[in-house]
This record gives sequence, structure tokens and C-alpha cells, in this order.
Amino acid sequence: MAVAEAEVIAAPPVFAATDYHVATSKDGVALDVKDFNLWYGASQALHGVSMPIQKGVVTALIGPSGCGKSTLLRCMNRMNDLIDNLRIQGTMTLDGRDIYAPNIDVIGLRKRMGMVFQKPNPFPMSIAENVVYPLKVDGVTDKALLAETVERSLRGAALWNEVKDRLKESALGLSGGQQQRLCIARAIAGDPEVLLMDEPCSALDPIATAKIEELIDQLRGQYTIVIVTHNMQQASRVSVNTAFMYLGRLIEYGETKRIFTNPVAKRTQDYITGRFG
Amino acid sequence: MTTNVSVNAPVVVPAAHIRVRSFRSDLSAHGEPFNWALGGALAFGIVLIVGFLLLVFWNGISTFYPKPIEVIRTVDGTSVAGSVRRDEVFRLPTAQLADLPPAQQARIRADDGYVKRRLVQIGNYDLYNEDFRWVSEYQIESVSTPPGLYFIERVEWGPFVGRIKQVSLDGRVVAGEALTPQVLDRAHGEARDRWWRLRDLERGDIGTINHHLDEERLALRRLELRFGQGDPRIAEAARPIQERIGKLQAEYKVVADQVTAVRQADIRNTITLTDVNGREKELPLSGVTRFVAANDLGLFGKLGVYFGRWWEFLADEPREANTEGGVMPAIFGTFVMTLLMVIIVAPFGVITALYLREYAKQGRIVSIVRISVNNLAGVPSIVYGVFGLGFFAYLLGGGIDGLFYPERLPNPTFGTGGILWASLTLALLTVPVVIVATEEALAAVPRSMREGSLACGASKWQTIRNIVLPRAMPGIMTGLILAMARGAGEVAPLMLVGVVKLAPELPIDGFFPFIHLERSFMHLGFHIYDVGFQSRNSEAGKPMVFVTTMLLIGLIFVMNIGAIMIRSRLKRRFAGSQF
Ligand SMILES: Nc1ncnc2c1ncn2[C@@H]1O[C@H](COP(=O)(O)OP(=O)(O)OP(=O)(O)O)[C@@H](O)[C@H]1O
Ligand SMILES: [Mg+2]
Repeated sequence: MAVAEAEVIAAPPVFAATDYHVATSKDGVALDVKDFNLWYGASQALHGVSMPIQKGVVTALIGPSGCGKSTLLRCMNRMNDLIDNLRIQGTMTLDGRDIYAPNIDVIGLRKRMGMVFQKPNPFPMSIAENVVYPLKVDGVTDKALLAETVERSLRGAALWNEVKDRLKESALGLSGGQQQRLCIARAIAGDPEVLLMDEPCSALDPIATAKIEELIDQLRGQYTIVIVTHNMQQASRVSVNTAFMYLGRLIEYGETKRIFTNPVAKRTQDYITGRFG
Repeated sequence: MTTNVSVNAPVVVPAAHIRVRSFRSDLSAHGEPFNWALGGALAFGIVLIVGFLLLVFWNGISTFYPKPIEVIRTVDGTSVAGSVRRDEVFRLPTAQLADLPPAQQARIRADDGYVKRRLVQIGNYDLYNEDFRWVSEYQIESVSTPPGLYFIERVEWGPFVGRIKQVSLDGRVVAGEALTPQVLDRAHGEARDRWWRLRDLERGDIGTINHHLDEERLALRRLELRFGQGDPRIAEAARPIQERIGKLQAEYKVVADQVTAVRQADIRNTITLTDVNGREKELPLSGVTRFVAANDLGLFGKLGVYFGRWWEFLADEPREANTEGGVMPAIFGTFVMTLLMVIIVAPFGVITALYLREYAKQGRIVSIVRISVNNLAGVPSIVYGVFGLGFFAYLLGGGIDGLFYPERLPNPTFGTGGILWASLTLALLTVPVVIVATEEALAAVPRSMREGSLACGASKWQTIRNIVLPRAMPGIMTGLILAMARGAGEVAPLMLVGVVKLAPELPIDGFFPFIHLERSFMHLGFHIYDVGFQSRNSEAGKPMVFVTTMLLIGLIFVMNIGAIMIRSRLKRRFAGSQF
């Protein structure tokens, strides 16, 4: 048993290719990660990750803390460009176009992908201004459209009822959980095709969490959603596919139902049953 | 190693690892000595600052309060009248001591040769050639404060201390004793009205005419420059100009006649004063700015004088080599210059810092630039003055003159010190402060906020404009406040680039283009230096030094409060509880 485990970690995940039932046809793939490596300075954070992400469904990223989930997610909208001494290798494509091609329009790319960060990061502006920020950078000035977007997005993020009377107040006066929902509202306000969510519910109470999951349910089909979560129940509730990462490697990737009932790798089984991690 | 330790079983720890936990806390844990040191340092700082402020404020506030006039009869039979400025003890030189009568000698010797003396502001500079006189105690026979004595502030020669002998109003002579305050007030009011009217005519009407004449003269000169000297076309083109000059000269004659009329009325109203020794002085009534019946005034009268003097100080122009009159042009100059400096330094410093922090590739070159900027803050300010004079005034200003004002040459327009060059020099002097503060403020904007903005599809510039700059604004304001305080208090470089002892024209007035950046100006800081150390008699200037210092501190305080209020409003907008 110990030998099998070592193999899985050392070698590229052999089963992964066979397990890719999710990505058979080319146009079913929204984001395609191929043999992706990443180094923070000298230390490697991602080791040969290959992972086609299916269009229009929810994909969950699970794994113990520090295994590289956020790193992988942040590569998808090139958020890691801001970090010095970062080196990558491999390819990542969105609808067949290389995200890391030198001539890519990074701003256009990011407009197609909304992102919710692990820690809430509201802007120092009013609540309404926060929500419509993606529209504002696009130069939208139509008042009615902006107001409509504010309400729709805040309702989607289960925040509308709490803030509808204080839309003009500073967003920094909200509680941590409210701030996180505001960031979710902001991420969906720009109508992105892909939604990257890094532990969106880690600061939320069960009711708000249920609302967010409801939102994710509504958005499925329409959006491609990648969600990082430490909550196994959440992963099994909302996602169609699940990827399990460990120490910078993709250990197992497949249909959520199958991963949670019949995992191939021992590591995966240990993790989802809570034996480590 | 494989012993199963269940949760309930007692945990056995080897004795060597047991440490007796102490639940007492000692002094160092509370940090009290540290607190005391901090508090002590703070107290020391506050004592120094408060002491300084008290000194300045007490002297500044009390300066304008009217003091009684003492008449001191001296042993040699003359009298000295005036208000006592201060007392001191000094050692009488032996030569002087030997000249004194033996009884006094013995008394002074008993005091180790020390004698008390007092400084009396006797005024009457035109009679005695001194404003102040030391009177030693042994010279004094008696001291009294008789009624009827006046401290008379004049347009020329400084104050007069004495009595009113008579006034002559349009030929009607009224003796001093018969003069009621009402009559005096009315006559004086009318005389002062004439004086102001004269000034209005000379400054306003004649000034305007001269201004226009000057413009026409410059237009003529421009023609000459365009066609070349002696060209026949000049005469043709100059005809309308000559016509206008003729009209202006006619206007001038009209105003000049008015001036003569007012003058003639003025010299028929005179006042004759006598000092305590019976010397007389006659002067036009309009030459007196204020009668202070120092020994006869009640509290309200004194307060009236006090506030009257303050008003004159704040609203009027300086007289008598700046030791009298007001400092309005200096207040105005300081304010405009500081404002201009902030307007220049803010974008300059903020843009530099933005580039350094946000755009430049962080590396050796940026580090060198940063260190150099920090070092700039340590360059003596006079060096900036020299640079400002050489680069801004002579090089840039000279160039501007050659291009745009050739008709005025060889008189410089921009090619000499002026308020624009002074502001630029100070902006240069204070830009390191702004750069450093802005860089710090930018660096303090959390990365997560920038990421949030970028993730929304904002470009780098949009992120900086919408997120980074607003968030950094309070910090930037702090830098600007520091720069402003530093700039407003700076004097040395200004002496080279445009500050003058007396500026006849304000940098902002009613003539097109209304803001005259090329003009030299007055400055409170320089005023302090000038009044305190450059004037005819430093005793007269001393109280003005305190008042002006107080005013400068007050002005900087007000400007800082304004900036701080703006900053706290920004802070309220951009900061809040994080969780
Ligand atoms: N900016 C960085 N510079 C250097 N190393 C980094 C940086 N960001 C992350 N790492 C390292 O990369 C590894 C993966 O980090 P990452 O944030 O992707 O983990 P994670 O799976 O999101 O963990 P968590 O569940 O705790 O959020 C960690 O070992 C982390 O220390
Ligand atoms: Mg993470």
C-alpha cells in the first residue's frame, strides 16, 4: 500500500488520463491545463498538472492546505503575473487560445473570468460602486443598467436584503462575511464566462453558505465554475467534477460522485474520509 | 514508542521537562519603565515647544496693548517721557562711576558696582535722533504718570510722546486745553479721510493711468522692434498709440489737479505738539495715525486701541522700514506662495512617486534614484535658492523674457526673482518629502485590493486611479502637509529668488491678467528677519518680530488645519473596520 502511494506522488498521475471521461470532445473543454509547472523562486509549487476543465459545469478543487489550489486558480486569470520571481512551464488554454501567449490581451482575458479571492478584498468605495466596478472599467455610464446590475448581483450573492438601504455607504464598514458576499456580487456583475472561486464560503455562516451554493446552482450551465473548497460536503453538493491535489500535484480528477464514493488513489480516499489533511 | 496513549490516561512527562509556570508578572512584563521613558521624552518635548509658543504668544499678544507714559525727572533737571520697555541690571563703568557724587558712589559700590536701568521708548525721533533711551536709577529724581500725555503714532518719524499744544483747523486755532475729544476726533477723522483719498488718487487713479501709459510705451517699443528703428512705417502705426497717450496724459492732468486740491486742504489743518521738555513740532493732522491718551484711557479705551492696532497690523501696509504699520502684503505673499508651491509640488511629487513605485522596474537604478531623492532632503536650502536664481530666474526667466517680453528689455520681467520662481524653488526643496510620503502610502495599499481590481478586468492605470490613489490619498496628504509646513517656514532660499523688503504691488491685483507670477513679493519669514535684524533700530522692531512670528505660526497652523481636515474626510471615506 505504501509503495502504491509513493508511485502516485512521484510519477505523473497515470490514472488521470484514463479517468478523463469529462473531456472527450474538444469543444466540451473550457479551460485546458496541460503539463503545467510553476516555481516561486526556487521552490516548485505546481508539478505537471494536466486538467481539462469542462465547459458549463462546476469543478471543485480540493486538497490539504498549501497544496497549490490557489496557485493553480490564480494562474488561470494570470493573477500571478504580479508576483516577482515566478516561473511557469506548460500550457493553459481558454477555448483553445493560449492564456500565456505573448500577444494575449490579459485585460480582455480577465474580463471573461470573474474571481472571488480567498480573503475578501472590497475596494475603498461605496457598496454600489464596488459591485459595478467591472462595468465602470468598461466605461458603462447608463444609470439604469448600473442600478439593475447592483440589485441583480447583490441578490445573487444573498446580500441585497442586508445592504439595500446603505448602498451609498463605504463597503469597508461591512462585516467580513458581508464583504465576501460583496466580492462574489462583484465577480458576477461583469457577466464572466468563467468564475474562479477561492474558498468563497470560508468566512460565511451556514445560511449565507446555502445561498451561495444556491447561486452556484443557478449559474451552472451558463458559467464555467472552478471552486476551491475545504468543505467536502460542499464539493459533493455543488460540483460535477472534482480534482484532488496534493503537494503541488494533481492526484486524482474525475466525476465528483465517483471520487467521493470510489476513489482510485489511496491519498484521495484518506483525504475525503478525513484521515489526514 | 508505540505505546498507545489514550486521551484519558494520565500523561507521564519526564521530570526534566517540567517547568514551574510563574503566575506573577514582573515590571519588565508590564513595560512600565518603558512607559515612563516614553512619557518623559514626550513631556520634555512638550515643555520645550509649549515654552517656545508661550514666549512668542505672550510677547506677541501683549505688544499692542497701550502702556502708560511715565515722566521721569532726572537729577540734571531734564525730563524723559515714554513707556518703559524693560528693566535690567548692569555694571557701571568705573570712569562713569568716578564722575558721580560721593554719596551715590558709595551706594553703588555697596551694590558691587551694579546699577539698575530701564529702557524708555521716548519716541520723538525727529527731535532727539533716538527712539529709546536708557535711564539709570541713580539719575532718576522722580517718576510720575501725569494725565494729558499722548502717545501719538505718526506716518513719519515714528511715535511722538507729548502733549497737544494746539490744532489749526482751516485757520481756526484751538488750544490744546480747549480741545474736546469730539472736536479732535472729528478733525482727525476728516484729515485721515483726506489722507486716504490722496493715497487712493496716487495709487489707484494715477497708478492705473501709469499702467496704461506703460503699456502704450511698450506698444511703441514693440513697433520699433518689429519694423526696425527709424522705419517710416512706425510713425503711421504709432498714430493711434500717440493719440491714446495724449488722452491718458490729459486724464493725468485732471487727477493731478485733484491731488493738488486735496493737498492744499490738507496743509491747512495742522497740529502742534510739545514734548515734556517744551520742544515743539508742527505737522499736518493727517500725518497722525492714532492718538493714544495713554494715561487717561480706561479699560475699554485701551482695548479699543489694542484692537485698532491689531486691525492696522493685519490689514495695512508697512511703514517706517517695516517697523510700523501692518504686514498685509507679507501675509498675502506667504499665503499665495505656499499655495502655489503646494499646487506645483503635489502633482510633481505624486507622479514621480507613482512611477518609482508602480511602473519602474524595481532594481538597482530605482534604488539609487530613491536614495538620491532622500538625500536631496538634506541639501541646505540656500543651495536651492542659488539654483533657483541661476536656473529658474536667470536661465528660464531670461529665456521667457527674450521670447515674450523683448520690448521691456533690458528691464527683466521673468528674468529676476519672482513669486513663481520662489514657489518653484520651494517645490523643489519639498518634493523629496512628498515623494517619500507618497511612496510609503502607495506601498501600504494592500496587494489584495490591486488584485481585486485587476481581476475585474481593470487595466493597471485604472487600478491605480480608482483603487490605489484614493486609498493612498491620506498618506499623500500627510506628505503635502509636511511639505507645506516646511515650505511656509523657509526663508533663506527666498531671499535669492524673489522676496523683498517692501513690495509695492501684490502678486494678484485688478490689472489683466490679474495674477502676476513674475512679481516679487513680501514674506512673513523674511519680514521677521528684516524687522529684527536689518532695521534702523532693533528695539522698535523687537515686538514686531514676536507679533510677526506669532502670525506666521498662526498662518501655518491654519493652513495645516485645513489640510488635516481634508485628510480626515478622505480617511473617513476610504478606511473602515476591516472585519
Ligand atoms: N507568493 C508566493 N511566494 C512564494 N511561495 C508561495 C507564494 N504563494 C504561495 N506559495 C507557496 O506555494 C504553495 C501553494 O500555495 P497555495 O496558496 O496555492 O496553497 P492552497 O492550496 O491555496 O492552500 P490553502 O488551502 O491554505 O489556501 C505553498 O507552499 C505556499 O507556501
Ligand atoms: Mg488557497
